[in-house]
Amino acid sequence: MAVLRMSNQSRHEAETVERFLDSTLESVDHAEDIAVGLAKRAGFGEDDLTKIGMAVRESMVNAVVHGNRYNANKKVRFSVSKNSESLTVRIADEGEGFDFENLPDPCAGENLFRSSGRGIFLIRSFMDEFQIRRLAPGGLEVVLVKRMVSK
Amino acid sequence: MSVKLNTRQVGDVSVVDVAGRITLGEGSSALRDALRDMVGKNHKKILLNLGEVSYIDSSGIGELVSGFTSVTNSGGQLKLLGLTKRVKDLLQITKLYTVFDVHEEEASAIRSFA
Repeated sequence: MAVLRMSNQSRHEAETVERFLDSTLESVDHAEDIAVGLAKRAGFGEDDLTKIGMAVRESMVNAVVHGNRYNANKKVRFSVSKNSESLTVRIADEGEGFDFENLPDPCAGENLFRSSGRGIFLIRSFMDEFQIRRLAPGGLEVVLVKRMVSK
Repeated sequence: MSVKLNTRQVGDVSVVDVAGRITLGEGSSALRDALRDMVGKNHKKILLNLGEVSYIDSSGIGELVSGFTSVTNSGGQLKLLGLTKRVKDLLQITKLYTVFDVHEEEASAIRSFA
């Protein structure tokens, strides 16, 4: 019983982890591990943990590969926080950005056989909220939210 | 472990057993190299056994699509075997599930290559 109370308390405690990560694929794995670990402590189930992990992976790949282009002088700012209601992930790169308002639909017939362009579609599918914005003086930030009781 | 690929021949069908993670980097590169090699060697009947694939990301999905296109364009057939729930769900979300000829049993998959 005491263990159960501790577990519930731990779930509801607010917690934030923030890191400045190198622009490498190792950072992608690292960020995914941190986010899934925190989501697990927040009480998310296996299915949601998979979705959160994939959404973070895709977002980190966008930041490292497409944003910072593996530039060793550029960092990815990564933070994940939980409270009793949701998990929020923020990922910001220092890249030049891209035209995120006009992304082609990867499920449309003419795009179905393209070898890329599914990352943001998957992130939107897996998370409850997805926001993307340009930063000054440069870079993009994405904010991903997964609620404990998904919509 | 990232990914392990093992190719074996069952009659005239090349079966590629894939295990591990097909993600950007080593995993997706290994799959791309294996499929390119088989197309280069004129393999026409390729069965990708994904039963031991624990994780696939958008890059891995992209490699499946590229492989399918490249094998088809060379006059061959690429089919999928033993999808885990995770991989099946991803192919369904991305509307690719019906693009691929997907099988659950190896024997019937082998027979399906006309």
